[in-house]
Amino acid sequence: MTPLLEVTDLVKHYLSRGLFRAGLPTRAVDGVSFEVGRGETLGLVGESGSGKSTIGRTILRLDEPTGGRAVFDGVNVFETDRETLRAMRRKMQIIFQDPFSSLNPRMAIGSAVAEGMEIHRLAPKAEIPERVAGLLREVGLDPSLATRYPHEFSGGQRQRVGIARALAVSPTFIVCDEPVSALDVSVQAQVINLLRDLQEHRGLSYLFIAHDLAVVRQISHRIAVLYLGRIVELGTTDQIIESPQHPYTQALLSAVPEPDPRRQRTRIVLRGDPPSPSAPPPGCAFAGRCFHSSKNARCTSERPEQRTVAGRQVACHHAG
Amino acid sequence: MRGSLKRVFATAWHTPSGQVGAVTLLLIALVAVTITPFLPDPRIMPDLSGGAAPPSFAHPFGTDAFSRDILSRVVHGARVSLSIAALAVALSISLGAAVGTTAGYFGGWVDAVLMRSVDAAMAIPRLFILLLLVLVWERIPPAALVAVIGATGWFATSRLVRGEVLRLRELDYIRAAKALGAGSPGIIFRHVLPNTLGPLIVAATLGVGEVILLEAGLSFLGLGIAPPTPTWGGMVHDSESLMATAPWTGLFPGAAIVITVLAVNLWGEAMRAAVDPRTA
Repeated sequence: MTPLLEVTDLVKHYLSRGLFRAGLPTRAVDGVSFEVGRGETLGLVGESGSGKSTIGRTILRLDEPTGGRAVFDGVNVFETDRETLRAMRRKMQIIFQDPFSSLNPRMAIGSAVAEGMEIHRLAPKAEIPERVAGLLREVGLDPSLATRYPHEFSGGQRQRVGIARALAVSPTFIVCDEPVSALDVSVQAQVINLLRDLQEHRGLSYLFIAHDLAVVRQISHRIAVLYLGRIVELGTTDQIIESPQHPYTQALLSAVPEPDPRRQRTRIVLRGDPPSPSAPPPGCAFAGRCFHSSKNARCTSERPEQRTVAGRQVACHHAG
Repeated sequence: MRGSLKRVFATAWHTPSGQVGAVTLLLIALVAVTITPFLPDPRIMPDLSGGAAPPSFAHPFGTDAFSRDILSRVVHGARVSLSIAALAVALSISLGAAVGTTAGYFGGWVDAVLMRSVDAAMAIPRLFILLLLVLVWERIPPAALVAVIGATGWFATSRLVRGEVLRLRELDYIRAAKALGAGSPGIIFRHVLPNTLGPLIVAATLGVGEVILLEAGLSFLGLGIAPPTPTWGGMVHDSESLMATAPWTGLFPGAAIVITVLAVNLWGEAMRAAVDPRTA
């Protein structure tokens, strides 16, 4: 079966604009390829500045891509005209990180949830309140709250409203852009469980973006690890968690709390910062912080291509 | 909407300057409404030979050179001055919001053209533009005065709104609306404009004070509304030659201007602080 979403060589450069200076473009996303299957969750991890949110936004054309293809359900999203794109937006939705800026403070939450249905005329006007009530119930909110405004809700409740707003247009694919990063740990678990239940009932596919592997592993079938705009490792959740091959993945994983006290894990502390995305080094972008024992001159001169190691994709000269 | 606007009003009300300003404005409105029916017609000159009489029981604020009751003229002048101010501000705020929103939302060359034009317009003194336009009319009709003041008063507002829109444009709820398939008009009217309302109300309130003064200034220069319609600035203008012999003719309309503008500005500043605590 063809995947629901197939992203090939996605590139997004930001030009530093100015009248009298022609700065180097910032390579936020620099040639990223992945697939998301029907009913699947692909986790996308990376630190801030790795380009993970940019990937989510360009796929939905909220930011214009610089290059590449994103074929959703047989149509290249990057080459559609306005009208097709508008229609496609019904199928692809997004949930945001910040529960405060993701809801219009001057709009009752019921109206926020209804907006998508009104735009796409998914229901007669008279039926909309009933549909809104159903959606609020589905995300675990009391339908009588529909007339309330966002400031009357907690962070977790707002995040549920954001989910209901996305669900209102019956999408098949949702970009979850760090949906739980701003929430308390106990609330995080509730929202993740909700997303999981919704996936089961509605057959949704997710691109789940987060900086925290501990969160991503709870919901993802497969995980892609991003470093400076490129995927350094992509495999099933088991592969990534049980036997990470890329040194960066190993470092990320060592920061995840281990629930089993009998298992020992050494903490790898990375030194330094990632290089500037407007002037990436010639070889492996991670070479400057890499602790791999066989690190050599090749790492700083030749960019490692993705290859298959132990059943998953890794971009490292020395993996395996 | 109403949620956060209500909070702005409540916060402004709970400051000393907000309370003084609001109470004063309410008193002015109350007085104007309750005593107007009992006052003589402000345009009628009952006794041309009488001249200006000092305050008395029959004329608490005295009479002017044409023996007209000054209290009546001040109260009726309030209606003229305040309605010109309100209408001119409504016009300038609408223009400023339209231009600022267009520039901020669409960005690029649209923004560059609009904002550079505003920069250029702001470099010309407003009084100079007004004097030029007003000179076209011998005696300017009120509607034209409103149009002229409104059309020259929106520059700062457009900058304010543009700044707000630039900030709002990057917020996730705007992205969410785009992702839902909303078009630009939908996003602007449902999501952008309602969220610029706070700063706009503040700008409008402070603008009212400014326009009252401007209209008074124009009238004082003899370029305002034609007599015998009373305006505060016009009355001060008429009193100029009588200041030594009949100071009450200028004192009361002058005091009306000062008190009203002060009250409007106190309330406006209190709301500004409530909308954005950082600028307080």
